[in-house]
Amino acid sequence: MRIEDPKSFLRNYAGPPLRLMEVCGTHTAEISRCGLPSLLPQSIQLISGPGCPVCVTVSAYIDRLIALAHTPDTTVLTFGDLMRVPGPAGSLAGAKAAGGRVEMVYSPLDALQLAQENPRHTYIFAAVGFETTAPVYARLLDRAAQEGLQNLKLLTALKTMPAAIRWLCQNGPGPNGFLAPGHVAVITGARVFRQLAGELGVPFVIAGFTPKGLLSAVAALAALAGQPACENCYPAAVTEEGNPAAQQAVSRWFMPCDSAWRGMGVIPASGLCLRPEHAVFNAGGAQLTEDAALNSACRCAEVLTGRLSPAQCPLFGKACMPLSPQGACMVSTEGSCYHHYINHRNEVPTL
Amino acid sequence: MKITLAHGSGGVESAELVRCITRHFSNPILEKMEDAALLDGADQLAFTTDSFVVTPLFFRGGDIGRLCVCGTVNDLAVTGAVPKYLTCGFIIETGADTEALEKIAQSMADTAREAGVLLVAGDTKVIEGSGGVLINTAGVGFVPKGHALYAAGCRPGDAILVSGTLGDHHAAILSHRLSIENQIESDCAPLGSMTAALFAAGVRVRTMRDATRGGLATVCGELAKSCGHSFVLEETAIPVSPAVQSFAGLLGLDVLTMGNEGKLVAVVAAEDAQRALQIIRNSPYGENAAVIGHVEPAGREPQVLLRTSIGGLRVVPPLSGEGLPRIC
Repeated sequence: MRIEDPKSFLRNYAGPPLRLMEVCGTHTAEISRCGLPSLLPQSIQLISGPGCPVCVTVSAYIDRLIALAHTPDTTVLTFGDLMRVPGPAGSLAGAKAAGGRVEMVYSPLDALQLAQENPRHTYIFAAVGFETTAPVYARLLDRAAQEGLQNLKLLTALKTMPAAIRWLCQNGPGPNGFLAPGHVAVITGARVFRQLAGELGVPFVIAGFTPKGLLSAVAALAALAGQPACENCYPAAVTEEGNPAAQQAVSRWFMPCDSAWRGMGVIPASGLCLRPEHAVFNAGGAQLTEDAALNSACRCAEVLTGRLSPAQCPLFGKACMPLSPQGACMVSTEGSCYHHYINHRNEVPTL
Repeated sequence: MKITLAHGSGGVESAELVRCITRHFSNPILEKMEDAALLDGADQLAFTTDSFVVTPLFFRGGDIGRLCVCGTVNDLAVTGAVPKYLTCGFIIETGADTEALEKIAQSMADTAREAGVLLVAGDTKVIEGSGGVLINTAGVGFVPKGHALYAAGCRPGDAILVSGTLGDHHAAILSHRLSIENQIESDCAPLGSMTAALFAAGVRVRTMRDATRGGLATVCGELAKSCGHSFVLEETAIPVSPAVQSFAGLLGLDVLTMGNEGKLVAVVAAEDAQRALQIIRNSPYGENAAVIGHVEPAGREPQVLLRTSIGGLRVVPPLSGEGLPRIC
């Protein structure tokens, strides 16, 4: 249903109270930036789900990367957002300061050049991400195979959304609707979320990333009033079938596997690992399931699943701040704690 | 000629080094070469200092020489002073090139001339290193009667203006460091003639700041705290060039916290807002000026709020964390 004036639709919303969850870190960031919570009636609450890839990564994975960074003739390559995530053995930034070999890259393809130039050195790429990022790693592996590289490997912590969403609805009171991640849907197609809507009996709206797009999507989700339907509010980029070339590239290299999520434990078939025939590129990752918090009072796990608002964590804004993060949700610029702290997300200002 | 530790000895080589810089600044006060400059005075002086450690030394739209003059001149100008005299202290690493030093000194001289200030005293020191140049400048300005400005002077209803597009300097430096090719230039510029024009026209200026490190968000936060009122900004009115907007979007930066080196933030009486806007637009470097918000009575505590493009309202925090090291 197309809503002409989503702002006044939301202002005048008189339906039952709604807890709506966004499961995309970029949505979390943009919702804060555009002040969307200030346009919602008290009866509609937006909560952040497990949509930030760094936030859902378990501590055993960080520990393994740190150990690899201290292994002779080995360098860990990572995106910047993983650098400061703290675990029991410290962070990658700390490992680098202590002499470990950790390099920050802006694109996985940067790894190719490094591996070509130093054939006797092993490069481990920290392959973290969702359906959106997996095709980029597939592309990297295509190129690495073409070049015959033997010294580039992935430590995988790749995750897929549907199983995690299912887990949220089946464990405790799930949200009354999901803002489905637009970038993921570009790859998977809208049909994945349409199937989930039917199966779980909750509405989904696929949302884009502009302030207007998000506003319309939240209004559309409220208007669905609990019907198990899926509406595509990002038709400029998302088709029903998704991107078949990307899907094929991913399934050429990866296969579904069980995966450990912070706060949710091991969820069957919720991740991607390398196929056995590509073992030469595999540095492991799938068996890393242990998740120990740096600080025993850290409540990241409950925050990630929407059971606790960041401000309800006893560490929030006290021991845990962006410069002294105790958990991943405060580190990542897509993390829900970070946004509650930096943008006072749920503290709606009035004039 | 490469700088060596001998250039820091205080002997003949030091004199040579000093000459290679001062010959660009020639003026009657400096030429006396006394241990201190003797200056005429005023009823009230503005006095400030700033150090410049930017890398690279030369960037699109400016260099450390222009930057170290503009930075100090602008700090003086926004307090209501007419900038008059500067000193400069060079800390030069061994391996630096006199060719580069002369280029920097020439740029300082050109910018000082443009800003109407004299470089009247200076110092050089040489340290071991790898060719870096760090500069400290201190500046004195004369404050005409009644022109001194204090942040506490802002009142509810006052208009907030900015003299042009935000984030240009930050984006220019970062582009250079990341080897990203674009046409973005630093906005590095002296703002003295703009502030003088506002006073000359009798605009009731409450306070002014130049929005350097930490950007507009941080400056407004400081002002709000000082005056005890809230600052409400209108996102759609804030000028940002399309190139910087895309650059910030790609890298996940917020233009509100990106650094500038030639942007005036002025708070003026509401009735004078349109006149102030015209004056700034007619001044050098002010063509993209805009009225971007107003001062409101504070709720629980003074804060900076942003009215977003969809009409939402959110709190704007000051920059926290590293920002961009060595941006100025």
